Amino acid sequence: MPDFVIEAQGLRKEFGAKTAVRDLSLAVRRGEVFGFLGPNGAGKTTAVKMLLGLVSPTSGSARVLGAPLGDRAARARLGFLPEHFRFQEWLTGRELLRFHARLLGLPRRDSAPRIEALLSRVDLLDAANRPIRTYSKGMMQRIGLAQALLGDPELVFLDEPTSGLDPIGRLLVRDVIHERRTRGTAVFLNSHLLGEVEATCDRVTFVKAGATVHELSLHDAGETVEVEIRAGSLPDDVRAAIVSMGRVVDGARVATPGAGAAPAIERLRLVVADESRVPEIARAIVGRGVPLYEIKIARKSLEAWFLDVMGDEGRPG
Amino acid sequence: MTRARGGIFTIAHLTLYEALRRRILLAALLAGAAFLVLYGIGLVAMVRDLGGDPKITLIEKRVALNMLTLAGLYAANLLVILMAVLLPVDTLSGEIGSGVIQTVAVRPIRRRDIVLGKWLGHWVVLSSYLALLFGGVLALSALIGRFTPPGLEIGLPLVFLEATVYLTISIAGGARLGTVTNGMLAFGLFGLAFIANWMEQIGTMLGNDAAQQIGTVVSLLIPGEAIWQMAASQMQPPILRELGNSPFSPFSVASPAMIWWAAGYIVVVLAFGLRSFQRRAL
Repeated sequence: MPDFVIEAQGLRKEFGAKTAVRDLSLAVRRGEVFGFLGPNGAGKTTAVKMLLGLVSPTSGSARVLGAPLGDRAARARLGFLPEHFRFQEWLTGRELLRFHARLLGLPRRDSAPRIEALLSRVDLLDAANRPIRTYSKGMMQRIGLAQALLGDPELVFLDEPTSGLDPIGRLLVRDVIHERRTRGTAVFLNSHLLGEVEATCDRVTFVKAGATVHELSLHDAGETVEVEIRAGSLPDDVRAAIVSMGRVVDGARVATPGAGAAPAIERLRLVVADESRVPEIARAIVGRGVPLYEIKIARKSLEAWFLDVMGDEGRPG
Repeated sequence: MTRARGGIFTIAHLTLYEALRRRILLAALLAGAAFLVLYGIGLVAMVRDLGGDPKITLIEKRVALNMLTLAGLYAANLLVILMAVLLPVDTLSGEIGSGVIQTVAVRPIRRRDIVLGKWLGHWVVLSSYLALLFGGVLALSALIGRFTPPGLEIGLPLVFLEATVYLTISIAGGARLGTVTNGMLAFGLFGLAFIANWMEQIGTMLGNDAAQQIGTVVSLLIPGEAIWQMAASQMQPPILRELGNSPFSPFSVASPAMIWWAAGYIVVVLAFGLRSFQRRAL
């Protein structure tokens, strides 16, 4: 069993003179929730379609679930909820799931209880016998989610799964993603909602102008740790020791307002290699008898990362 | 049953179900029913006239009834062609355009099975429609006029072949073209074959080789109309054929090789559709 459910190197797709995807290189691990971020028009949907075998790449190579792109046996272990999700609207919700169960080659005795369980999970049991055309946008998205999970996939692609959902619906999607993760399903999440990605994903990659440009782990802090310190006046050697542990982003000597002749207070913000530096910094300050008022880790928000990575591309698309 | 064959039948089953749920089949059935009612009323009136006139011989009566029945079959044939083109015209292009095809195509099913399943499902619907309309015309002729045309055992299978030609063009075109373009192409080809066939008939009648040859070439390009002419010529007695005084009595009938040509044509057009769909970005 390979460790990666998706491995892509230099995937490229041209439609005539237009290059939709320039260089897609990424690796998604088994069982992780992977966020795929980028502005509109960055080539995210085409990238997903290539990985699913719906669009054949112009060049580059990739393996999904250890098989070449589009492999039929591998497709049995995939789930997919497309963006702007549309279905055979004249089918009822239950019929749609039955149809997909047949496409998956599931025997009826296996699929029937699974369909009922999924309908119940996405809270559509009451509407299961109604044609999909009568569903609200949120209900369509939920039946789509059930469809994507029907084959008990090892890897599921969710393209904007919460678009059109109210907060309760969003929570449901988030819960379902967590459930799947604990069962070892890898989730490839394409979403514009950065807060949601931050809450659900283990790792994200940024796509800019058709190329994957930056990868970021959201759990293991790594280089992303920013430490904020508020302390009394720091002797030069202490200050030098702290500064040597990272890169200063901001350092200022300020007076506490309205405290009369109170000692100067220093604020220092610096980026350090990892979290283990934080107690070291605290020891250096307290060890010299300098009062330490506050020391905290300020993680850079995903939104800040997004804007940094995208630069000019971060404009509304 | 292997999963591959299961895929074709799953898609065919869904296609049948879709046809039953959608309004187009209902509309076609209503049009067909209206046509059969009209045909029945016309037939009753004609039979009353024919029966009441002592100057009309039995042979003349039979010729008249045969012409009437052929006229009915001709109209039924037009409705069937309309259905053959319109029913599946958006089945691929529409689902590609809306994205509905994506969730189907990522399932462990071969792309060609999607096309073949849709073809099979639509063929079953179309064949049922054809059987209903042609059966209706023939039943009314038998009931009201006590007349059954000859040569049905050859004529009817030929009509099925003709309908299959148009159905296949419409489905295969949808694998590559948009819905409107595809519909225009299929009807355009039908119109071309229709005009060219009349050029061939008139050319033959007047001995104009050029007109006749144009007709033959177009029949090779789109063999639907030529097959209908073969079917029509089978479904009338030799005397009516020889007289050639009705629009349903062709002067020039293609050779039996046209049947093989049409069968091969269906296979090639379908293969073209499969290939287009296989390569298409969905």
